[in-house]
Amino acid sequence: MAHGTTVAAAVASTAPVVSAQNLDLTFQTNDGPVHALKGVSLDIEKGDFVSFIGPSGCGKTTFLRCMADLEQPTGGSIVVNGVTPEQARMARAYGYVFQAAGLYPWRTIGRNISLPLEIMGYNKAEQAERVARVLELVELSGFEKKFPWQLSGGMQQRASIARALAFDADILLMDEPFGALDEIVRDHLNEQLLHLWARTEKTIAFVTHSIPEAVYLSTKIVVMSPRPGRITDVIESPLPKERPLDIRESPAFLEVAHRVREGLRAGHAHV
Amino acid sequence: MRSIVPVLTVVGVIFALWYAAAIWLNAAWAYDKAKRADVTLSTSALVADTWAQEKPRLPAPHQVGAEIWKTTGAMVAKGRAFSKRSLIYHSWITLSATLLGFALGTGLGILLAVGIVYNTVMDRSVMPWVITSQTIPILALAPMIIVVLNAVGISGLLPKAMISMYLSFFPVVVGMVKGLRSPEVMQLDQMRTWNASASQTFWRLRLPASMPYLFASLKVGMAASLVGAIVGELPTGAVAGLGARLLAGSYYGQTIQIWSALIMAAALAAVLVAIIGVIQRVTLSRMGMA
Repeated sequence: MAHGTTVAAAVASTAPVVSAQNLDLTFQTNDGPVHALKGVSLDIEKGDFVSFIGPSGCGKTTFLRCMADLEQPTGGSIVVNGVTPEQARMARAYGYVFQAAGLYPWRTIGRNISLPLEIMGYNKAEQAERVARVLELVELSGFEKKFPWQLSGGMQQRASIARALAFDADILLMDEPFGALDEIVRDHLNEQLLHLWARTEKTIAFVTHSIPEAVYLSTKIVVMSPRPGRITDVIESPLPKERPLDIRESPAFLEVAHRVREGLRAGHAHV
Repeated sequence: MRSIVPVLTVVGVIFALWYAAAIWLNAAWAYDKAKRADVTLSTSALVADTWAQEKPRLPAPHQVGAEIWKTTGAMVAKGRAFSKRSLIYHSWITLSATLLGFALGTGLGILLAVGIVYNTVMDRSVMPWVITSQTIPILALAPMIIVVLNAVGISGLLPKAMISMYLSFFPVVVGMVKGLRSPEVMQLDQMRTWNASASQTFWRLRLPASMPYLFASLKVGMAASLVGAIVGELPTGAVAGLGARLLAGSYYGQTIQIWSALIMAAALAAVLVAIIGVIQRVTLSRMGMA
């Protein structure tokens, strides 16, 4: 099985990594149809850090799950790495980080991280080498032999990011990965995530409902609104790639945050 | 050490109640004997008699203890541990059927649970039958299982083990269905993002996640297996096994023999369940789940 890179290599470097055209997704429920996504069109370029922000029910997670082939759109088209989401999933083109760390309690941190590698058929030596590398990347070296319950929530979430980085996927899909953590831990992890993004040059799609988090992390912020779930604004961030934590007090930062807030408010005005 | 005091207290209370009940239940026979011999019983003589009758309604603990010793330890001392008069021999007969039935029942239970979890048709069709099977009194079913298996030429250990299996597969099915379904949707989605095969998901996620449920079921299943093996010995007029001892005891009014077989069965069950408990602790702690 290919490790994702082969698929990516087949696509011209200028083509968007993810391209959605007029995407619809309607869930049939007992209370009638729910329009989780309506007419969503978006391109994500290689190396982008794209945040999706909006209130509950705006379809930000659903959109991420469509990219991951965990939901099937009912209309429109979506292409990931130049192929369908299903083919991209089969080629292990992305790593997905869920809201909860979801580490297996019966596996040590090291063996949790090697789980996808086992599934993908890497040999023992390569598993060990990769586990050590990604543990170093998320600053968890030395915790390989610990069980998940011996780690704090923030460390567990870092381990789950390491697990998503362990195989060679160029795309990292993150669904509110820091949502359950406190502000201080979250700041720290955001900073680490930016370093990691700079070092690995991955394309990251990141779902959040925190405005500062979205502005701090992203090169592109997608503002969404509910009923039906749709994109109301796409903001290209003017902030530099190098971002110390105190950039959040700069006028440029506040201006972007203001625009995000306006976009969210505009989305709400329709409701 | 902290736990030993309450345990001893409870044991002491049980013995006290047992001795008191022996006096109460056996007094009638003691008075009867005294009347025929035309003597009046003093209280101490009454108590002494009720605790030392040959065929009491309720034998006193020390009588049962003496009988158990006579048929176990004393037989071992004489080098006849496996003679037909030894309770060790009878326990072994029942134990072998219990263990075989337990192994078969656990295997069947796990197989059915896997089928139910992975197959919608089985999910809808098998579970009602599994539940129905347990509503039929085993006492009514056991003779028929024995007769039918005998008719096709199967006798001895296997028919009893089948009855054990019949009782012990049920808790395993119920527990394992719950256990195999215990992984969260998120964990299953995650397996999907890695493009894991169904068997990888089973061996790496569903099965390990079900372990705590399995052990809880195994304890219930083990106790049920022992009951099944004993019940399997009752309707056949079996000559060996704890069930046979119970039956023979009841034919000849040997209450002490009945009680010693009962206590032996209870002790056997306690040991078997305790062994599973130890395996559970070791396994789950090695898995980091305890």
